[in-house]
Amino acid sequence: MNATGTTGPQQMTDVAVVGFAQAPNERHSPATTNGVEMLVPIFGDVLRSTGLTKDDVGFWCSGSSDYLAGRAFSFVSAVDAIGAFPPVMESHVEMDGAWALYEAWLKILSGEAEIALAYGFGKSSAGTLRRVLALQLDPYLVAPLWPDSVAIAALQARLGIDAGLWSEAEMAGVAARSRASAITNPLALLSGTTPPDDLLASPYVADPLRAHDCAPVTDGAAVVILAAGDRARELCERPAWISGFEHRIDSASLGARDLTTSPSSAAAGKAAGASRAQVAELHAPFTHQEIILREALDLAADARVNPSGGALAANPMFAAGLARIGLAASEVIAGRAEVALGHATSGPALQQNLVCVMEAR
Amino acid sequence: MNQPPQPLHAPLEISFDYTRSLGPTLSAFVTALARRRVLGARASDGRVHAPPFEYDPVSGAPPAEFTEVGPGGSVVSWTWTDGPLDGQPLAHPFGWALIRLDGADTAMLHAVDAGSKDKMRTGMRVTPRWAAQSGNGIIDIACFEPEGLATADGSPSAPADADSAMPAPPEPIGMITSPVRLTYDHTVSPGESSYLLALAEGRLIGQRCPVCGKVYVPPRGACPVDGVPTRDEVQLPDTGVVTTFCVVNVPFQGQKFPSPYVAASVLIDGADIPFQHLILGCPPDEVRMGMRVRAVWKPREEWAIGHNIDHFEPTDEPDAPYDSYAHHL
Repeated sequence: MNATGTTGPQQMTDVAVVGFAQAPNERHSPATTNGVEMLVPIFGDVLRSTGLTKDDVGFWCSGSSDYLAGRAFSFVSAVDAIGAFPPVMESHVEMDGAWALYEAWLKILSGEAEIALAYGFGKSSAGTLRRVLALQLDPYLVAPLWPDSVAIAALQARLGIDAGLWSEAEMAGVAARSRASAITNPLALLSGTTPPDDLLASPYVADPLRAHDCAPVTDGAAVVILAAGDRARELCERPAWISGFEHRIDSASLGARDLTTSPSSAAAGKAAGASRAQVAELHAPFTHQEIILREALDLAADARVNPSGGALAANPMFAAGLARIGLAASEVIAGRAEVALGHATSGPALQQNLVCVMEAR
Repeated sequence: MNQPPQPLHAPLEISFDYTRSLGPTLSAFVTALARRRVLGARASDGRVHAPPFEYDPVSGAPPAEFTEVGPGGSVVSWTWTDGPLDGQPLAHPFGWALIRLDGADTAMLHAVDAGSKDKMRTGMRVTPRWAAQSGNGIIDIACFEPEGLATADGSPSAPADADSAMPAPPEPIGMITSPVRLTYDHTVSPGESSYLLALAEGRLIGQRCPVCGKVYVPPRGACPVDGVPTRDEVQLPDTGVVTTFCVVNVPFQGQKFPSPYVAASVLIDGADIPFQHLILGCPPDEVRMGMRVRAVWKPREEWAIGHNIDHFEPTDEPDAPYDSYAHHL
């Protein structure tokens, strides 16, 4: 049931996050691009933490990209990590694992599974990430120019600066706060206490973006387990019940939408009840995007944002969004929050956005 | 175990020329570009989109009509790249910009050849520099350049007679080709590394699943049945059994052998999963399920990582009974 009571059917299966695990976030993982070496240990971790075996999982869904892997059907090789015999019910999205989690949630709601596992993995370092990401752009009018993902984010950042919506100093503030938060996150790739003024002394990588404005290129993987109703209560003392789960998309035409706002985040956040969150893990691969997202999601002024350090501390492609949801769920499961929000983005300049609000009951 | 500290890795390049059919809207836009003109389309809310939308973002209808815009315009936002990447419009440092062409309400993304970053600013006037070749879509515009800029040889870079310099295409352009080339550092798994290094020494190795005991060759990293790493290395002979096969009769691009020839699944003695290889050394119609075969290694001086077994050939031993490989098909 939707917490806001504004949309969705009245009677719906209660579904909760009951388990979460992450692979180490690495700049250069020795793993293959099919993710098996990163996934096997975290499948073990998450199953052990819930007391489940692979045979208990009724549906598996993954998020990854063959363009990132440089090989066809890399997600099929990844299924080796499951031990998929006898054959399992399984699916894949060519998006962040957060969207795989959405499919897994629907699978439980539709009564086809009681326990579902979503995973995402990406070896971003195998190719030149910012160039590979040009292939998610309009293949007719934009991708033939090979604009890289950092340049596109820079165009977005300048629009906001020119409009007086944020400044380079505020962006550096986001970076400094994220890195400081990441000090207590053992899986963070970047952390530290460099003050904003020192960050601002570094050179531009794509004016007005400096290195600290951009998420580090990260290899990694994440896994989240969902369970329905009483099964969730059996598996977890304090499940993170999903009260709102929504995703929306903005125009693919970069020059036709207002890049200083995120209407899709606002719509997804409103429908999912984002303003209730006491803590939010936002998937903002660039500092100015966190500023856009905080505004669009209408977060409470005292909501804690990215206690993990966020994507600026580690951004494993196709896993970082799912990890945001897992980290937010962990805040509820550990009793640090009553209502938590996980956000995922996909596409250039925050084109697609997903919001998952979870609560203790 | 000969496990290397880091798995083997090697450069991998994949490339493909995507041919993309354009549809009515993009065909009109691309055909106009080939004539050195830029088209936009007016949406139902009155806004002119350039490039044109295929479907009205408000009403969902295709454009009712096109309107010529630009070709000059103003920079709405910009950034600068000091190190251009493969495939980008310019090989020297340049600016990326969102450019609102005169008469349009939306912006298009393109490169600006400004010479240096300090020439870039929001609101600057730019004009297209047309490519020498036309008919290739958006790259018919080589880049934009600051308005009024002269080229190195002193001539105006956007000749006033551009129209006459570029004959109109005889008919609407319906297709463009977009080459995609990507380079990776491809890493094999630790098990595959051991396998390849052993193969380079003339040995075949597999790995055994600690749970079900099955031996995989080449090693797979994780047992696909049990989902656990297969770390126990097993030395294997270079003999085995043909479990199934096909006779290749159809010639194809890149073919290395005259057809007909035989591609077969070979179950190495002591392994549980067959791999695919060639069966040469006998007429194709003599190859059969259960046939005993052995590896024919390339001459030692040709050995390299990955390709040392040339093919398999019959050993002329009696055939293996069906039951001995029935569970390995």
